[in-house]
Amino acid sequence: MWKRIERFHVGMHTVVPNPAGDSTHRAERSARALRRLIFSLLSVLSLLALSCSKSEGPSAAPAASGSAATTLPQKTFTAGFIYVGPKGDYGYNQAHAEGAATVAAMPGVKVREEENVPETEAVQKTMESMIELDGASVLFPTSFGYFDPHILKVAQKYPKVTFLHCGGLYQEGKHPPNVASYFGYIDEAQYVAGVVAGMTTKSNKLGFIAAKPIPQVLRNINSFTLGARSVNPKVTTSVVFTGDWSLPVKEAEAANSLVDQGIDVLTMHVDSPKVIVETAEKRGVFVSGYHVDQTTLAPKGYLTGALWNWSKVYTDYVKRIQSGESYPHLLRGGFKEGFIKMAPYGAAVSAAARAKADEAKAKLTDGSLVVYSGPIKDNTGKVVIPAGTVQTQTDITLEKMNYLVEGVVGKISS
Amino acid sequence: MLEGRMSDTAAGLGIWALPLALIGGALRVSGPYLFVSLGECLTEKSGRINLGQEGTLILGAMTAYGVSYLSGSPWLGVLAAGCAGLVLGALHAWLCSLPRVNDVAVGIALMLFGVGIAFFLGKPLIQPPAPRLSPIELGAWSSIAPVRAALEIHGLLLLGVVAAFVMRFVFRRTRWGLVLRVAGEDADAARALGYDVDRVRLVATAIGGFFAGVGGSFLSLVYPGSWSEGLSSGQGLMAVALVIFARWDPVKCLWTSLLFGGAGALGPALQSIGILGGYNLYATAPYVLTFVIMIATSSARRTFADQPAELTVAR
Amino acid sequence: MTSTRPAAGDGAGRFSASVEAAAVPLLGLAVSFALFGVFVAVAGANVGDVYYQMVRGSFGSWFSFQNTLVRAAPLMLTALCTALPAQVGLVVIGGEGALVLGALASVIAAHALGGANPWVVLFAMAGAGCVVGGAWIAAVGALRTLRGANETISSLLLNYIAIGVFKHVVEGPLRDPASLNKPSTRPIGEANALGAIPGLDVHWGLVYGLIGCLAAYVLMRRSAFGFAAKVIGGNARAAQLGGLAVSKIVIVTCALGGAAAGLAGMAEVAAVHGTANASIIVGYGYTGILVAFLARQHPLAIVPVAVLIGGVGASGGLLQRAEHLPDATVNVLQGILFVVILAIETLRGRLATFLPRARVTSESAPNPAAKAACSKAA
Repeated sequence: MWKRIERFHVGMHTVVPNPAGDSTHRAERSARALRRLIFSLLSVLSLLALSCSKSEGPSAAPAASGSAATTLPQKTFTAGFIYVGPKGDYGYNQAHAEGAATVAAMPGVKVREEENVPETEAVQKTMESMIELDGASVLFPTSFGYFDPHILKVAQKYPKVTFLHCGGLYQEGKHPPNVASYFGYIDEAQYVAGVVAGMTTKSNKLGFIAAKPIPQVLRNINSFTLGARSVNPKVTTSVVFTGDWSLPVKEAEAANSLVDQGIDVLTMHVDSPKVIVETAEKRGVFVSGYHVDQTTLAPKGYLTGALWNWSKVYTDYVKRIQSGESYPHLLRGGFKEGFIKMAPYGAAVSAAARAKADEAKAKLTDGSLVVYSGPIKDNTGKVVIPAGTVQTQTDITLEKMNYLVEGVVGKISS
Repeated sequence: MLEGRMSDTAAGLGIWALPLALIGGALRVSGPYLFVSLGECLTEKSGRINLGQEGTLILGAMTAYGVSYLSGSPWLGVLAAGCAGLVLGALHAWLCSLPRVNDVAVGIALMLFGVGIAFFLGKPLIQPPAPRLSPIELGAWSSIAPVRAALEIHGLLLLGVVAAFVMRFVFRRTRWGLVLRVAGEDADAARALGYDVDRVRLVATAIGGFFAGVGGSFLSLVYPGSWSEGLSSGQGLMAVALVIFARWDPVKCLWTSLLFGGAGALGPALQSIGILGGYNLYATAPYVLTFVIMIATSSARRTFADQPAELTVAR
Repeated sequence: MTSTRPAAGDGAGRFSASVEAAAVPLLGLAVSFALFGVFVAVAGANVGDVYYQMVRGSFGSWFSFQNTLVRAAPLMLTALCTALPAQVGLVVIGGEGALVLGALASVIAAHALGGANPWVVLFAMAGAGCVVGGAWIAAVGALRTLRGANETISSLLLNYIAIGVFKHVVEGPLRDPASLNKPSTRPIGEANALGAIPGLDVHWGLVYGLIGCLAAYVLMRRSAFGFAAKVIGGNARAAQLGGLAVSKIVIVTCALGGAAAGLAGMAEVAAVHGTANASIIVGYGYTGILVAFLARQHPLAIVPVAVLIGGVGASGGLLQRAEHLPDATVNVLQGILFVVILAIETLRGRLATFLPRARVTSESAPNPAAKAACSKAA
């Protein structure tokens, strides 16, 4: 950083306006006004530059820029990763960026990344631009909202490019054959996190802060609650929907409101859990993380977290494509497949809780435990999965979930 | 500490949580509103409107977080945020003093500029944890944890409260306040009295920017106390509306900021006690509130008696 | 110095004024890009590479240029939402709200008409978008002129309210149960989608934008209504004394601006999303404000400015991917552009003396178009 500032000062001297020329000549005055304008803007920039250090991210390798994309050796290919938010968000996008970093380390693959791409025509153009200008042949557009209509549209236009999408529900025949969708059964991890929460809570009240009542979110809420109630049937989970994927002030307010209600374990399904984890720590309650490990944000209260392991999914896909094998168009996986993992247990997790959680995880991995095994009632008392019915993770009906299980305090409405 | 609190919270507060959440929310969420509206009030008193306060707020938040992280001192971060705001404010004033330049447009331009710079330089700051400001526990008398939490007050907010009263005093009772008001009411009269109106406005806008920058530090170092790109959801713009609401009176800015803070806490608080649905509509509560009151209190026949007549928005 | 300038009405004088009219914003552009260069250099990037990538990403190829046009299309319409009210002297920043509600209205219209002829459906969608967007901003104008409520603040507040209402409706009452993880309304149907302009990879929204800007130009600069609006924009009180129906003209102008933004919302639904959902809220309304001010509220100037800003957006991706600059680089450039172009306005009227050779070169202009203009002016 200091080197940068030094360099900046050198730059500054060359633009300091020449104090000579006291003529009141109008042209001179205008020129001075212009110079003053430039100078003022530069001064602002300098002040701001001083207040902050430069990105520690993938610092530009200037040699690799320019038209390098056009002359590629036979076996290398370029993979493009597209994120809906900032890739260092301690959450959803960071989890994907960590996967992208693993891919970047593989031989024969070049990775191009673009962040903060909204789910509109912008993402179509980003995909096309990666194909046309960067020569990308595999794309990982990682936000759910990219799928329909954006990926479907662009995939039809570029049949030779492979589009691997996170979260979508690929349908043979309906969707272009160069599209695939993958997702992880993160709710298995939420079930285990629920076991830990159920064993740890003293007030028997858990809190879940979520963005919107959509099936992926409801499945997490339900699995977390089922996990908690499997070890502590008195547990209830209160849900607060914030209305959007990243609203730090509202998430903090939701966390505070829930804690005021006597909730002593918080968890969440938002894009960037940072603020909720930090607020929980400040309020002295426990918190279970999501997306990526947030232990460092809450060293006292962090119990565990439901984490993605996209590195596994991405390297598998890339290896298959490199070797010319066919790849699965609808790929799902949980603990067994290594798509998801738990964050290390925090200090506050008792030995008994660890044992119960490890047991649940082992059973989920070997398939002897299925989260959605009937009878399961929703929180209005209606039976949603009758006794004897077992909905294994691959069951597509789970991806259309529209209820909250018994024990959840909350309602699905906008 | 964790264990001690836990047994208290186990009780829960039921319906009483709602007023408590509103009070707590008012104390937590109002900080940025208060500082930005005070700064904007000062600026508008001098006869200029600075719509760029949203950019100043975000830049201040980033600067405060960055400086706190690099230096280890959150108060230094607050000061740096203020200075960043000061620079943006001065830039605004200087641009507006040029002929043919409209202050509303410059405000929007500087909003974009401030946000752009803040996001650009703030990228590497999303991850590292910076030291935050710690609160003063006003609720230490209570054995109920949520009450204690709701009544946690931050020194920075107290400074804002003091600033509101001081600012009112300055406006009403000091010579400088008088000069400021004359510049805002009738620039020609101020010039006739021998005051340099542009200079008065430069000072007012720069200090106004300082306040907004400090408001930003409240976001990143106090509540929610983190730096991210979604940190501000328009508080800086809202504060400009809030000044109208508060009739250009700093002390009223304080009360309205608290009201807005409470209104913002309404949605999550209602959900947490089981009143659900319509959360997207509850989210608009502060905006609807301002809108309704703005219409109710405006009139075609007169402008506000308290409104600085030189303000372009008054026209 | 003024004496050396040709008198007004003199052909050369008018020409010099028109050179200035073009030179001031061009100078602004040059200064902005120079400042931006300094900025990225300070940030550690190679300035030459950055400029190269920006051109490559925005205008460097047919593909890139179409990328630019796609991004420019909605901006033309949302810019009108600020530029039209500006003709009567109002600063309206409510384009975002009018856009989302226009989008919502157009979806409702499409649903109401069910399986009707696609032309009928599209027409109704456009009409509904215009009416709702227009009413939304007309309310802003009415509150300003009838109640004295500040239009900048009220339109800003209405943005937040519109977004809240939009989200509530599309994720609540109108949510399609089949829209699983991306809450949306029912789709408008493949048949009713607005396609691409033949031969281009750009949808018809671009044509809407061009027609909108042209119509606004004709109305505001070439009609009695526009003249009345201009008088009001100059001095509303005098206009009232002069017998103009000030309130009516203000409200109609605002309604037209809102209708443009509502139409942008309709185009987003019909050409891009095929449904209404929260993805539509991406800030086109706010970027439109930037475009309108950079175009100095001139309806025709909006077109090139929208293309320029679209180009900046289009190049942003390459800056991230090839130069490893953060996405906010584009925001910084937009901010610099906006600040500099506003500030540089102050040179207008002074540039002829500031660049004394400008007139000399103009007389021996090598550019045939300029020569033609010159002879026409003479």
